[in-house]
Amino acid sequence: MKAFEYAAPTTEAEVLELLSPEWGKTEILAGGTDLVGLMKAMIITPDRVVNIKEVDTLRGIRRTSQGLEIGAVTNLDDIHDSPHLEPFPAVRQVIAGLGSMQLAAQGTIGGDLCKRPNCWYFRNGFGLLAKRGTLVAEGDNRYHAIFNNAGPAKFVSGSRLAPALIALGAFVRVIGPDPEQQAEIPLSEFYRTPRDENQRENVLLPSQLVADVVIPDLGLANAAYEVKQGCGPEVPLAAAAAALRIEGGRVTDARVVLGQVAPTPWVSADAREALLGQPVNESTAEAAADAAVRSATPLSHNAYKVQLARVAVKRAILRAAGHQTGGF
Amino acid sequence: MKDHDQGRGRSGFSRREFLKGSSAAAAATALSVGPAVARAEEKGTKLVGPGATSLTLNVNGKDHQVQVEPRMTLLEVLRYQLKLTGAKPVATDGSCGAATVIVDGKPISAATTLALDCKGKKIQTVESLGGPEPDQVVKAFAKADAQQCGFCTPGFVVAVRAFLDKHPNATKEEIRQGLNGNLCRCGTYYDVIEAALECVKGGS
Repeated sequence: MKAFEYAAPTTEAEVLELLSPEWGKTEILAGGTDLVGLMKAMIITPDRVVNIKEVDTLRGIRRTSQGLEIGAVTNLDDIHDSPHLEPFPAVRQVIAGLGSMQLAAQGTIGGDLCKRPNCWYFRNGFGLLAKRGTLVAEGDNRYHAIFNNAGPAKFVSGSRLAPALIALGAFVRVIGPDPEQQAEIPLSEFYRTPRDENQRENVLLPSQLVADVVIPDLGLANAAYEVKQGCGPEVPLAAAAAALRIEGGRVTDARVVLGQVAPTPWVSADAREALLGQPVNESTAEAAADAAVRSATPLSHNAYKVQLARVAVKRAILRAAGHQTGGF
Repeated sequence: MKDHDQGRGRSGFSRREFLKGSSAAAAATALSVGPAVARAEEKGTKLVGPGATSLTLNVNGKDHQVQVEPRMTLLEVLRYQLKLTGAKPVATDGSCGAATVIVDGKPISAATTLALDCKGKKIQTVESLGGPEPDQVVKAFAKADAQQCGFCTPGFVVAVRAFLDKHPNATKEEIRQGLNGNLCRCGTYYDVIEAALECVKGGS
């Protein structure tokens, strides 16, 4: 690990003062489950690390008029165990699926949302866009994107919780660069596909951070489903979350979001269209799943992910509506 | 736990002591640049490093004064400064569970936790479960013969202890899922789960 200076401030304002306006100079430490490993591998080499876990205002689960507000450094196991999460089984299912009580106890919701991608070219020092995408296109791309992968970015979004939270209509409160500056950004607009190495996979500036996540009370039936190779702490091969409003036995509103398939969480308008006005059953869920993957453009080694994504969408929809499905 | 006593062979000379002795010369050279370059105060917030800074770590109920660089992980300080070698360095990203320790009641990976991040927290390592009257989990592991090469075992013991503290009446399936974050290269999962179940039945 490269040597760095360290601070553990106790207020949001102090955190912002310590952050550099330039990428790569400072890193924000929350749970450290991913950052510390990346620093050991010298993939991330900051001059300064700012630990934000001592800031009390960034921790905790609170009911507000806007919905359920979860502080960025709240640990994932505390979120899973909180009775406030009762209406949001999709979030609980994703945390339970992390497959490691250590990761859940140490990891934080803000850290998950800002987690760097799992692309093995990125994690072995070839950069996020790995020679403008050519390394991935010509190399081993079995875990890479099947949507939005024509440009240089072919990795898949690193966050596990983002698909569920986007389906639930969550937004994040972002603070900085100045202490009095804050913005509420819908999580569906938080992620973006970088086009060059100076861009990140979300809209944050280097001197901004996520302070809270707010899940509004929309009363949507919801569930998440991840397709994993085993039961351990490995990354899913495909994932989906669904949030539905079902009135009079028919879907009147729907949000279907896929994970592990694109450089951002992938909101499927096609799946939504297929579900609207329909009752939820095996055949309508399957039709929505078919619609969700119809425009997939797999790379040379990941066509198998199209079927896995299809299964994830189908099962997430069925589970959201309270049906039993196969799988774990 | 005096692990170097157990490692002592017929010659009365342990492998760990031999390695410590032979690397002493190299370490002396490397450290000659001088310790403790601690800077402070940037707009009121205490900034330390990149050189070593002093830190008090509460490990197994006892306070230890250590000199750490901000980049040092808790695992490095436990193993190389406090000589608590129970937690093992295996995966650098904490994905194997071999470095599991309990910090403020939660099972975390010491491999992905910075030592400075543990300031003021209570750290419990596998060594606290040993001693003349070992913890029930340690006894159950011995009874179930829940180890082969043994390298993952300390992490498993701590993980089982932490899991059962939170779920004292866990079922076999819950234990299986709860221990997913610990990997065993030899595949001793069956016996580990038996050992954990033994503790549930015995009342922990």
